[in-house]
Amino acid sequence: MAENSLTDQLRALAEQAQALAAKATEAAASAGQQAVAAVPSAGHGGSQIDPAVVGLTVFVLACFVGYYVVWRVTPALHSPLMAVTNAISSVIIVGALIAAGPAQMDFSSIMGFFAVILASVNIFGGFLVTQRMLSMFRKKK
Amino acid sequence: MSGTISALLYLVSSVCFIMALRGLSSPETARQGNMFGIVGMVIAIGTTLALPSVLSYETIILGIVIGGAIGTVIARRIQMTALPQLVAAFHSLVGLAACFVAIAAFFKPEAYGIGQPGAIGAASLIEMSLGLAIGAITFTGSIIAFGKLQGLVTGRPLVFPMQHPLNAALGIALVALIGWMIVDQSSTGFWLIFVVALALGFLLILPIGGADMPVVVSMLNSYSGWAACGIGFTLENSLLIVTGALVGSSGAILSYIMCKGMNRSFFNVILGGFGGETAAAAGGPGGDRSVKSGSADDAAFIMDNASSVIIVPGYGMAVAQAQHALREMGDMLKKNGVSVRYAIHPVAGRMPGHMNVLLAEANVPYDEVLELDEINRDFPQADVAFVIGANDVTNPAAKTDPTSPIYGMPILDVERAKTVLFVKRSMASGYAGVDNELFFRDNTMMLFGDAKKMCEEIVKALEH
Repeated sequence: MAENSLTDQLRALAEQAQALAAKATEAAASAGQQAVAAVPSAGHGGSQIDPAVVGLTVFVLACFVGYYVVWRVTPALHSPLMAVTNAISSVIIVGALIAAGPAQMDFSSIMGFFAVILASVNIFGGFLVTQRMLSMFRKKK
Repeated sequence: MSGTISALLYLVSSVCFIMALRGLSSPETARQGNMFGIVGMVIAIGTTLALPSVLSYETIILGIVIGGAIGTVIARRIQMTALPQLVAAFHSLVGLAACFVAIAAFFKPEAYGIGQPGAIGAASLIEMSLGLAIGAITFTGSIIAFGKLQGLVTGRPLVFPMQHPLNAALGIALVALIGWMIVDQSSTGFWLIFVVALALGFLLILPIGGADMPVVVSMLNSYSGWAACGIGFTLENSLLIVTGALVGSSGAILSYIMCKGMNRSFFNVILGGFGGETAAAAGGPGGDRSVKSGSADDAAFIMDNASSVIIVPGYGMAVAQAQHALREMGDMLKKNGVSVRYAIHPVAGRMPGHMNVLLAEANVPYDEVLELDEINRDFPQADVAFVIGANDVTNPAAKTDPTSPIYGMPILDVERAKTVLFVKRSMASGYAGVDNELFFRDNTMMLFGDAKKMCEEIVKALEH
């Protein structure tokens, strides 16, 4: 039974760590966004933060969040996890939309257009197939 | 829409994606998690469309409709056994999309506010090249993985002389090209990075054997995330960075779990060349030791008189499409008062968690499906271990024989059950090419035949 209580404690600890990490990223992400927004007006303030450093901060914290969240995923759902991460990695469509955005057609906007198609295949396909998988997981009646 | 508002909306979207992964911690919350993911994506796309620089709505909507239609049709039609190749194919699309975005950004940096053509900041160039390179490796690597899983490319590891030096040379060339491009801003350098990375993705995955695909697919999952990250850094977009990091770490953890399930180091898998399926099978079982083989009737009799049965499905079950027949057999036994549970090894199937999905599709309740560490201690109390389409993951040599290639791999202790039933087509050894001592034990009965047919015959026998 010592083992049980130890696992319980560990689980509780992991939950706390995860909650903390989630808060930290939220804070960091919003701080990052504000910093990015603040850069243009900070000219007279002296020390500016390089946007790459802000990005790095967000990146490292997000890796920690990812680490704690993904370890909590039950092994039975690892396939849906792959499908859903595949779908959300298509958020790259944001970059594609900006490339395809300008009213004038040129090489870059055509690249953007193709990227929009590819990412859309993934978004629709990824979320739908995840949905399909998850709808199969049923409890004992 | 002001930059601040869109940045805040991107933040909301990032949180939605975190919640989407969080939901997967249990099957009850998973569907809700998926909804979070969809909401996050809608917010991300909506926010981007509202940016002042995005004007050509007709083209964009056309793109989304084309892509969405293709994705919807594929997702609805795909068979669950083909899930691994579907995921591999999807990864290749993310990789290629990342390449396209990097190319667009290189030739029109002003659209992203990162400089003028030929005068892009060094940091942006590095990030862009990394996004491009990782995207390209993901693209070709995933295509090869898809080919291997679909059976278009041989599942055997393709090894050729000078393979590792060649890959290393390409890797170094990639780094040198990135350096050159930063100094020179040359588009030739940029295209060369693309080409070299495409070749590298192709060559990296080719030598990896079919049964190592769970690691490869997870690894490519991870790469697609890092590619998104690279693009996120280029565009100075936190949403892309957060999402890319989530996906990247998720794939990395899955690769780690898969490697651990096989007791192999990540590099051992990546360097390839492990397990020649046919070469190993040619060796055949050692010596002329005899095995006890039985019929479906014998198996039905044994299981019907048992009080608890643990079913151990492996990839062979999926290949034979036996999951429905197997579930029917399980239901029949349950009706006769036998306790039936399923034991899943981490590397059963061709992608992480694949077996769980296949059983769920066959209407096996998920609370009857247990992971290795949940069920392993129950084998000594089980009357029957019914192993179907699995081999290496039950081999006691992993514990007792330090010279065995699978030594140290965690296994399901089926040997501890009172009786072990093995459904197998022949005596051929498994992927690792090692004999399974278990086949020759007194308490083992071999059931030779096709997994699906065997299950159906057992069901028939149970009906009498």
